[in-house]
Amino acid sequence: MKVFIEKENKQVVLDKECTAKELLIELGINATTVILVKNNETILLDEKLSKDDEVRILSVVSGG
Amino acid sequence: MECSSCSKKAVYSNQGRSYCKDHFLNYFERKVFRTIRKFSLIKHEDKICVAASGGKDSLAVLYMIMLYCKKYNIDFFALNIDEGIADYRNHTINDLKKFCKKYNITYNIISFKERFGFTLDELIKKGIEKGKKPCTVCGILRRTLLNRGARELGATKLVTGHNLDDESQAYLMNLFLGSMKHSAALGPITGFNVNNKFVPRIKPLYFISEKETRLFAFLKEFDVHFSECPNIELSFRAKVRDKLNELELLRGGTKNGIVNAFLEVLPTLKEKYKNTKSFDYCEKCGDPCAGKICNACVLEEELCQT
Repeated sequence: MKVFIEKENKQVVLDKECTAKELLIELGINATTVILVKNNETILLDEKLSKDDEVRILSVVSGG
Repeated sequence: MECSSCSKKAVYSNQGRSYCKDHFLNYFERKVFRTIRKFSLIKHEDKICVAASGGKDSLAVLYMIMLYCKKYNIDFFALNIDEGIADYRNHTINDLKKFCKKYNITYNIISFKERFGFTLDELIKKGIEKGKKPCTVCGILRRTLLNRGARELGATKLVTGHNLDDESQAYLMNLFLGSMKHSAALGPITGFNVNNKFVPRIKPLYFISEKETRLFAFLKEFDVHFSECPNIELSFRAKVRDKLNELELLRGGTKNGIVNAFLEVLPTLKEKYKNTKSFDYCEKCGDPCAGKICNACVLEEELCQT
């Protein structure tokens, strides 16, 4: 799956199927600091992700 | 996961309840309106100035104030402070301009350059040589200009986009620094008893988390871009923020717990520290000030000499 990480402005490609929660754990991202978007719809941590999915990880931390 | 109130797919889950898009937007709006009413943040005769950087928090609070003020026929406008932070503030100001044009909201922009003669980037360079931290310089000067701008434009309340994360971070920072007197100046509404040159500040997003604000901005399709101030990583606040997010992940509701516990002791803190805050007027600029010269004028003297 293609994963875009907004905070780092980078895209990673992962060859696996997992839940959104497992994806965040693998990427070392705290779930309270992001919202997840698949096909332009926000998803929760229990969402199953397939190899063909495109996921955006949007940071909720901004400003300063 | 399904919405707890209907059978639609949930987009948000918090403390045992799940929300579809419509129920989340409804939950968000009710929570903000309830905060405004519970703490009497806005009165019918008020003229409201919304401090708006153009980031997600300020656009969300500006949108909510627009709904509230239109509903009750209350005058409001947006005020932006352009500190002059290269490759950061210019982007959020563009977002703010587009937003205000879309919703037909009056906005004003005041810059550090026009009022202090220097951009924040220039002042930080000068300040570092003198041991000043970027967030200290920015915070003092920005707060001063927000108050001056709101006052000059006739506002009786200044709305900020401070949220649950900001407030829990601020309270913890004050705890760590042993500075409870600074916590006495927190809360959903502040600065009521300062003096007639201080525009009281209100925080309608007080019980809204940063995550909820970001989701609201996304679902409402606000045109906001991810942007983090380039100076934030240097701050103590960033460290507290990250640790607090780790605790929130371990135990959901931590930030809520901190803020609610703080609100229980806030009346006691306000009572204890009320006599130590005898505000007067700065001898140089005439703004509200706890000593003879306000912090902004002290900084101006130190950093703004050419």
